[in-house]
Amino acid sequence: MFAFAVRRITQAIVVMLVISLIGFAIKHEIGDPVRDIVGVSVSVAEREALRDKLGLNDPFIMQYARFVKDALHGDLGHSFFFKKPALDVITAKAPATLELVFVSSLIIIFVSIPIGIYTAINPKNWFSRLTMGVSIVGVSIPVFLTAIILIYIFAVELHWLPSYGRGQTINIYGWESGFFTLDGLKHLILPSIALSSIMLPLFIRLIRSEMMEVLETEYVKFAWAKGLSKYRIWLLHAFKNTLLPVITVGGVQLGILIAFTILTETVFQWQGMGFMFLEAVERSDTALLVAYLIVVGALFVVVNTIVDIIYGLVNPTVRITGRK
Amino acid sequence: MRKKWHRFKNSYFLYSFKRDWIAVASFVVFITLVFVSLASPVLAPYDPYDSSSIDVMDAEIPPSWMEGGEERFLFGTDIQGRDLLSTMFYGMRLSVFIGCGAVLLQAFIGILIGMISGYLGGKVDAFLMRIADVQLSFSTMMVAIIISAIFQVAFGVGRYEELAAPLLIIIIGLAEWPQYARTVRASVLGEKSKEYVEAARVIGLSPRRIRWRHILPNALSPVLVISTIQVANAVMSEAALSFLGLGMPITKPSLGSLINAGFEYIFSGSWWITLFPGILLVIFVLVVNLLGDWLRDVMNPKLYKG
Amino acid sequence: MQHLLDVKDLEVTFALRTGSLIAIHGVNFTVDKGERVGLVGESGAGKSVTGFAIINLISKPGYISNGSVLFNGRDLASLSDEEMRHIRGNRISMIFQDPMMTLNPVLTIGTQMIETLQAHLKISKTDAADIALEKLHKVHIPSPEKRLRQYPHEFSGGMRQRIVVAIALLVDPSLIIADEPTTALDVTIQAEIMDLLRELCESEDTGLILITHDLGVVAQITEKVVVMYSGNIVEMGTTTEIIENPRHPYTKGLIQAIPDKRNPGERLNQIPGVMPTLMDIPPGCSFHPRCTIKGEICTREIPKLKEIDSTGKIVACHMVSAEGEVQ
Repeated sequence: MFAFAVRRITQAIVVMLVISLIGFAIKHEIGDPVRDIVGVSVSVAEREALRDKLGLNDPFIMQYARFVKDALHGDLGHSFFFKKPALDVITAKAPATLELVFVSSLIIIFVSIPIGIYTAINPKNWFSRLTMGVSIVGVSIPVFLTAIILIYIFAVELHWLPSYGRGQTINIYGWESGFFTLDGLKHLILPSIALSSIMLPLFIRLIRSEMMEVLETEYVKFAWAKGLSKYRIWLLHAFKNTLLPVITVGGVQLGILIAFTILTETVFQWQGMGFMFLEAVERSDTALLVAYLIVVGALFVVVNTIVDIIYGLVNPTVRITGRK
Repeated sequence: MRKKWHRFKNSYFLYSFKRDWIAVASFVVFITLVFVSLASPVLAPYDPYDSSSIDVMDAEIPPSWMEGGEERFLFGTDIQGRDLLSTMFYGMRLSVFIGCGAVLLQAFIGILIGMISGYLGGKVDAFLMRIADVQLSFSTMMVAIIISAIFQVAFGVGRYEELAAPLLIIIIGLAEWPQYARTVRASVLGEKSKEYVEAARVIGLSPRRIRWRHILPNALSPVLVISTIQVANAVMSEAALSFLGLGMPITKPSLGSLINAGFEYIFSGSWWITLFPGILLVIFVLVVNLLGDWLRDVMNPKLYKG
Repeated sequence: MQHLLDVKDLEVTFALRTGSLIAIHGVNFTVDKGERVGLVGESGAGKSVTGFAIINLISKPGYISNGSVLFNGRDLASLSDEEMRHIRGNRISMIFQDPMMTLNPVLTIGTQMIETLQAHLKISKTDAADIALEKLHKVHIPSPEKRLRQYPHEFSGGMRQRIVVAIALLVDPSLIIADEPTTALDVTIQAEIMDLLRELCESEDTGLILITHDLGVVAQITEKVVVMYSGNIVEMGTTTEIIENPRHPYTKGLIQAIPDKRNPGERLNQIPGVMPTLMDIPPGCSFHPRCTIKGEICTREIPKLKEIDSTGKIVACHMVSAEGEVQ
């Protein structure tokens, strides 16, 4: 297990290096750090002096090394628009995105698991057929359209829920949270439903097909022959085995969820990282764009590594090979 | 030729197609949509690209059956006063064009890399597949958004909008090749160990000939299956990018940019600008997905997971 | 005296989309307390289906379409799911063919043993663990305390099958159904497992139905043999009688196919042809296409089981009688 974890973490570091290289290349090729610091109204001579001072005329590799060193110290550059360190801008926006992803993941987990199990156990009843039919329509509706339809129905027509923004938030040790006010929670409902809508059909189908496969195995048959109760067979014997492939795919899907926050945040004007990223693109705020790339990259890599290690914990076979 | 047709007529493929009414219906809808989009310059009542025929005074006219609707605009008009139906036809044309182009590109890159990876094996294989893994773990959507963001910053908004259609093909193509590479690699590995390849080697065929004449054709049936799904994905990606303002500009709108443009007016009650292009997009993606599902069931190639 | 198990006119049907197929055509046999019975035939003869039908666990779309399975006088085929659950793993245990597939890969051996005990007895976890340890001892698993915490993949095939046997014995069942318990194992381990099974059944006075295609194994272990061919019983009698004096041409063929230790290198006598599938069972006696002594009647009429001599052996063949082979 330990060796396995070490191997996974090494891979994660390599991936992070590649991401930082891409990020740096973008900055190097299209960014303008001088403008990021002093703006546009500075003479050519002054700019050139500043370029030298900042080491922008050094060889690429040296600049890259400096970039990585700075990044490790938490310096991801300076946002031209916000006039602040890029990392500060991102950390201020991160809670909004993370809370949205968190609530959506909860919705996905608590809806898809029961439905997936149910439809696997009763593949032929009307509810299962209906679910499968709805799910294929579900995958075909883009997340932004779902979001717009939700806004139109629940905000514009029914006036039940707010249509944009995070509502009232509370600052807890620097973390702007919408979890602790009624208004904040109300604002979370539509965006998190919209965000989870894209993943729900995929998860239900995945859990269903994996579970159906597991239910056909000999060890499940043997569990029946042992006279165990059906709930123990379904929920422990079958489901625990279903979980392995679901975790693997689930980790990847979580990445997709972060990608889709960009779309969801745009529709709901949710002041998170995705919304900020698009604004950065519109404003050609290269430093912020690169910082976003690196932060999100790190987030993905960390999540994937954790998922792999959890997988190792659930799957006894991996645990043993790792022990060797 | 006739013989081939005859064989096709009696094939299991056609038989199972005719038995499945969902597949038949999807196919009919799909063909109709593709026909409409290809023939949109002829079929559409107006030319949305012809700025001289557009009158801003016509903006936001509701569909013809509603109060305030006008006979000449069946589905109403958008915010610039363009006939919504014509704009949708042209938009779908763009979506289909970009979607298919992107799939061709990803198939080209993916098949090439998959073949190399599967055939050479070893370090090359490990390296290429690791790239594919990482890219997939970032999700194709994320990669597409980031590439398009970089392009937009690098080219500048004006130039990007001019080149939007070919750039979108490149962006989506670059973002989604790993799907193909993995599928092709898996089937190459599967086919490579089979006896007929061994036999071809024994009778002294050159490795190159074995690769292209023997292994590739057999690896193609899973490729065909994922291609269908990939077209749906590519159209979705294009719509998403356009919705974010990273795709087609509103002067040359695809379905996604139409939805985006209409969204701002949804609060003032002009729901049709968003809804109709939205429905068209969903129907297109849905029928392609249904066809893909059916195709997968019929061809039943071992679709390699994960 | 009441039989432990009394299978009467058991018929199993598979309801397929294209129509119904009868897999078991009304079989009758009994197992007494502590008796060991071999259910023999080639693969596809319906022996496994019969075994699973007894504990009402036939895979869909199969179901018991007729007949009864009396266990201590109660008809198992008519029990509710919950009542049946208390029989399975408790009064009747089953041992499966492939030990590599039978144990759940993500649960420890301990969990898989304790849950079985707790499903049937009101018992604490520690007491259950004690019983599990005792049974592991019985099947000769070294250092069972450590083993309880391990996962199936940490054991060899032979070890796993011992564990499966231990699980089958946990609640002291009165009948064990063993479905080809050694087919998936190495030859040397096969004998060990068989000896173990025999020893345990003898010491606990447990009934055993041994499903196998190997008459050699049957000869070593069982007291009674039931020979099946395409869903029918073709011959039944005591093991000695069947082995030494087989009457049905199919049984004879099976016995001739056993490799003879005394004449190594000699050609084996295979029965020519293959067993018909459920789709194309020939009319009359289903064995007649492969039979060496068939007559005209065999293609028309299905033979009935009849007693042919004083040994109590019954045979379903038109061509054999008390006097000799062909009438």
